Amino acid sequence: MREITYLEAVREAMQEEMRANPDVFLMGEDIGVYGGAFGVSRGMIEEFGPERIRNTPISEAAIAGAAVGAAMTGMRPIIELQFSDFITIAADQLINQAAKNRYMFGGKGKVPFVLRTPAGSGTGAAAQHSQSLEAWMAHIPGLKVVQPSTAYDAKGLLKAAIDDDNPVIFYEHKLCYRTKDHVPEGSYSIPLGKADIKREGTDVTIVATAIMVHKALQAAVELEKEGISVEIVDPRTIVPLDEETIVNSVKKTGRLVVVHEAVKRGGFGGEIASMIAESEAFDYLDAPIKRLGGLPIPIPYNPILEKAAIPQEEDIILAVKETLNRV
Amino acid sequence: MIDSVLQNDKKITEEKLQELLHQMWLIRFFDEKVDEFFAKGLIHGTTHLCVGQEATAAGAIAVLEERDKITSTHRGHGHCIAKGADVKRMMAELFGRVTGYCKGKGGSMHIADLDKGNLGANGIVGGGIPIAVGAALTSQMKKLGYVTISFFGDGATNEGSFHEAINMASIWKLPVIFFCENNQYGMSGPVKEMVNIVNIADRAKSYGIPGVVVDGNDIFTVMKVTAEAVERARNGEGPTLIEAKTYRWKGHSKSDGKKYRTREEEMEWRTRRDPIARMEKVLIEEGILNEEQARSIEQRAKQDIEDAVKFAENSPMPSLDSLLEDVYA
Ligand SMILES: Cc1ncc(C[n+]2csc(CCOP(=O)(O)OP(=O)(O)O)c2C)c(N)n1
Repeated sequence: MREITYLEAVREAMQEEMRANPDVFLMGEDIGVYGGAFGVSRGMIEEFGPERIRNTPISEAAIAGAAVGAAMTGMRPIIELQFSDFITIAADQLINQAAKNRYMFGGKGKVPFVLRTPAGSGTGAAAQHSQSLEAWMAHIPGLKVVQPSTAYDAKGLLKAAIDDDNPVIFYEHKLCYRTKDHVPEGSYSIPLGKADIKREGTDVTIVATAIMVHKALQAAVELEKEGISVEIVDPRTIVPLDEETIVNSVKKTGRLVVVHEAVKRGGFGGEIASMIAESEAFDYLDAPIKRLGGLPIPIPYNPILEKAAIPQEEDIILAVKETLNRV
Repeated sequence: MIDSVLQNDKKITEEKLQELLHQMWLIRFFDEKVDEFFAKGLIHGTTHLCVGQEATAAGAIAVLEERDKITSTHRGHGHCIAKGADVKRMMAELFGRVTGYCKGKGGSMHIADLDKGNLGANGIVGGGIPIAVGAALTSQMKKLGYVTISFFGDGATNEGSFHEAINMASIWKLPVIFFCENNQYGMSGPVKEMVNIVNIADRAKSYGIPGVVVDGNDIFTVMKVTAEAVERARNGEGPTLIEAKTYRWKGHSKSDGKKYRTREEEMEWRTRRDPIARMEKVLIEEGILNEEQARSIEQRAKQDIEDAVKFAENSPMPSLDSLLEDVYA
């Protein structure tokens, strides 16, 4: 099977969905001839024209609000925010409008749109362009939150997100954009709420999201050299969350390390840890749960500091060994 | 003025004008009843009444077709009634009953009636304005030919959402009308202190669209100006900003001592500029109604609201089972 990048996989999902359904269109800043801030939509305006690849003014609230109104009246917009940090500017429309409309209107109507946006640090963009705010969005009933880590997942999940009848926040990690993977041509979709076991193992479960999946995979290779067998579960969507796969994995290994890039305090890792504590898997635990996340600081600019702000492969290796009492 | 309305728009028949008078009474009696029940503690939460502003909702929506859409505000009962909502189900919603428009989950600030093109009241000042732009975008992209009116207050025009939305609608020539009900205050803030211009309609200049000021207590002028904006929108000429100068008779919401304005000012608007009395007078002068018919229209509206109250009172509370329903589609 051919290999394409995560970025190309996202584009391909949009292209296929737009070809299949005239109600799907893309709206965002500089997404036309420029191709979007990261080039994800490059070339799409040539195929679909400026009506469906709709360049907007720099107006995040209006972009999100127009998506809500268009979705409520029968379209299926995909909107792109140049950096996920700008969700703060669009917050009213996402949090107070899109997420709640259906419930407060007594189950009437639906708001099917996807907000795609690059998240995460590692590019030197510093504090206002590097955050991971997914736990924020996951906290809001009515939204769905997707965090693909591979090109294969990105394509399948984006297609499912576009087909979903709810507002979906689709986080694309900037450092994943250039990663390559085997991606089938043609249509396939990955259901939201289905985790993927990225590597099977028996000694420890690592639940990792987005770029941390890649770091965990590298850590697992190192740990294997020391005879430690790691299982890596990638939830892929944190709302809805595939609790069952995580619980079953922890029952099998008896140990859990959760790792994400977002600030540990209030991060989604705490949710996963509590979910295990409340589940039947708790009785199977042979060690305390370990939770790794970003330090409680804005992402700094200097590359050494930037790297130190979030979990790295060494931190994951250490955490795994701690749960095994092998430090 | 009435002649020009009747001439301009053949769909506005004498019957329709009588119906509109009935609708304005419905709006007034609905909100007065809500006020009364609220004071008695029979309706909980909060409500924002549009008594005194009947001509803007009724007049602007009168020139729409059923397929056209609106977005509304926290002060949205009038828009909702004018867009064809059933006052029974509205009252039931305010009573939190399962027969209400939102099954008792939305309340005053969240009534939507998507079937009738009402995309929802809104608890967020300025929140509905970009949504209206999105609805207009659908109309344009799918060539559906409907227009959308976004209602909002003077205060909302100081929100970023207003400026972002109006700019976007203007560059794309979307079929949307921005309808500002300038009732002189945003909560306690007099419009004079909150914007440094005399007319909010002047803000249209920065977006390259027409801005029109209208007497919001004269339903005929409201209809005329809105009809022109609707025509522009339907012809693909883009949005219009309409500013209707009006006044809310009641306080902002509950427990408002109205310390920010004078009794004289209130009385001036109530006695000399009452939109219902003004319309009635014109209809009688024009021979479209006689005094007796006018009273019977008023009585009918009063009765409709009494019936709505009975319906609401006799409706069941939502079951606890419904608590978890409707979060996701
Ligand atoms: C974003 C936001 N800020 C503040 C409020 C509180 N609030 C509700 S209504 C209102 C006044 C709005 O004034 P205006 O837009 O002129 O409408 P009016 O009440 O006069 O009809 C305020 C401040 C709110 N609901 N939403």
